[in-house]
Amino acid sequence: MTDVSDARPHRAGETPTLAIRDLVVEFPKRHESVRVVDRISLDVWPCEIVGIIGESGSGKTVTALSALRMLPKRSRIFGSIALGGRPLLDLDDRSMRQLRGDRLAFIPQDAMRALNPTLRVGMQVGEPLTLHKHTPWRRALDKATDLLGSVGIREPQTRMRQYPHEFSGGMQQRAMIAMGLALEPELLIADEPTTALDVTVQAQVLRLLKAIRDDKNTAILFITHDLGVVAELCDWVYVMHRGRIVEDGSIRRIFTAPRDDYTRMLLAATPSLSHAANVPPSLAAEVHT
Amino acid sequence: MTAGLNWPRYRLVFLGGALVTLVLLAAIFANWVAPYSPLDLDVVQMLQGPSHDHWLGTDELGRDVLSRAIFAARVSMEVAFVAVSVGLVGGTLVGLVAAYFGGWADLVLMRAMEVLFSFPAILLAVVLMASLGTNVLNAMIAIGIVFIPGFSRLARASTQAVLRQSYVEAARTIGMSDARIIFREILPNIVSTLIVEAAVAFAYAVLLESALSFLGLGAQPPDPSWGNMLNTGRGFLAQAPWLSLVPGMAMFLCVLGFNLLGDGLRDIFDPHLRD
Repeated sequence: MTDVSDARPHRAGETPTLAIRDLVVEFPKRHESVRVVDRISLDVWPCEIVGIIGESGSGKTVTALSALRMLPKRSRIFGSIALGGRPLLDLDDRSMRQLRGDRLAFIPQDAMRALNPTLRVGMQVGEPLTLHKHTPWRRALDKATDLLGSVGIREPQTRMRQYPHEFSGGMQQRAMIAMGLALEPELLIADEPTTALDVTVQAQVLRLLKAIRDDKNTAILFITHDLGVVAELCDWVYVMHRGRIVEDGSIRRIFTAPRDDYTRMLLAATPSLSHAANVPPSLAAEVHT
Repeated sequence: MTAGLNWPRYRLVFLGGALVTLVLLAAIFANWVAPYSPLDLDVVQMLQGPSHDHWLGTDELGRDVLSRAIFAARVSMEVAFVAVSVGLVGGTLVGLVAAYFGGWADLVLMRAMEVLFSFPAILLAVVLMASLGTNVLNAMIAIGIVFIPGFSRLARASTQAVLRQSYVEAARTIGMSDARIIFREILPNIVSTLIVEAAVAFAYAVLLESALSFLGLGAQPPDPSWGNMLNTGRGFLAQAPWLSLVPGMAMFLCVLGFNLLGDGLRDIFDPHLRD
């Protein structure tokens, strides 16, 4: 495997923004428990966009939620998760709550549902400021207007006073991103933020995320099942399958010289215009390889 | 939405609202609206039928029945307002806490509500009045307590529906505390349902207050209330039917108004009927 360079630019003396070590997440069922995430380790370095790719049920969302400590109470977590060196799994609920939305922001998949229909968008975007920094409402709303403008929403003053249903899908997602950015977090976790959007809007949101990384040096953990999105956006990618990380590498290496069978299958399953008659291999094909 | 007001949809609200406004204005401006003092005796004029001087006649002590009915509206509105507020605030808090925290909190709170619910409303109010003492303030509290279980069930059910929405989860991801989620994220989403229920409860509070006064547990004579006017009129049903008819009609119109208002508001707030 020397044909493609696969060196991750390691930074001496730097602490990873997010470091997950031997994470295990189990959900107890009646007698046994189901292991949803199985001893995974991953790093997100400052100013880096890291992708986790995998099919539904591979454990990628659970991994993200465990970093936020937002898993259901009955779940069991082992291993360690550190945000900028702070171990998260040892924190009490109150300290964890203070990190969420401040140092650690989350962008959900469905922005429409994540915005409260009864509150004006401006209030919701300004919320993290009043919540964590006790900014007076007036200043928080001014800042929220700037934030909406900075994520590419036109006429932010007007938009501030509108309700979520008056926003298009892309604008709702931008508003969620603005809310996530309010306190300039160290890490932005985005859980399939573009899945519900159509392709042109998706491209705009991806460009926005890249711009955020470049301007604010925010590290981004991007969860998706879409290889195209990963290729477009990420610096480093982890491939997850059935709760394990089957391989990780640079975008170039993963796409040109995948090492794991599952990654190869994932790549082959991507519809391609250059091979119009290309039929995605069935699961039976996976067994034969 | 662009074609202005949708009349069929707002008809009930306007009809109910007009009746309610009438009663409220009479109650608030009783001092100016009522032609006589509700307490002035005029022994010469007792038990007179409707006339030019006394539009709705006089009672057994020669007091003007119209004036008494107008001042009685004030008592009814005060009692109903405080009672519904007590029920609304108390019940909503219980319901929100029970639904949000679930588990033991839910179990204990809702079983307590069921105990309250198991008593007939009048009986519960009478028992509470008997232990608190008979005056208007206690009537307000007693009726308010009667309303708590109803509001708590409604608030709990609505909260459970809202809790399944992802914006509650999203609020947690930005680090909101439980209390802030309850009051900022959930409450605004259940408030319209509660307002509709409050309008209907208002009508019921008027009836309950009248019932308590009728039994001699609410407003004490000589202060007028529809209930004690009705009770007095009962003795003169054959000679002076207006003594019963006037407070009865006042109650009827008031209760009808609040019920229509409640139904109308429900139609407006109901998302399934939204155009």
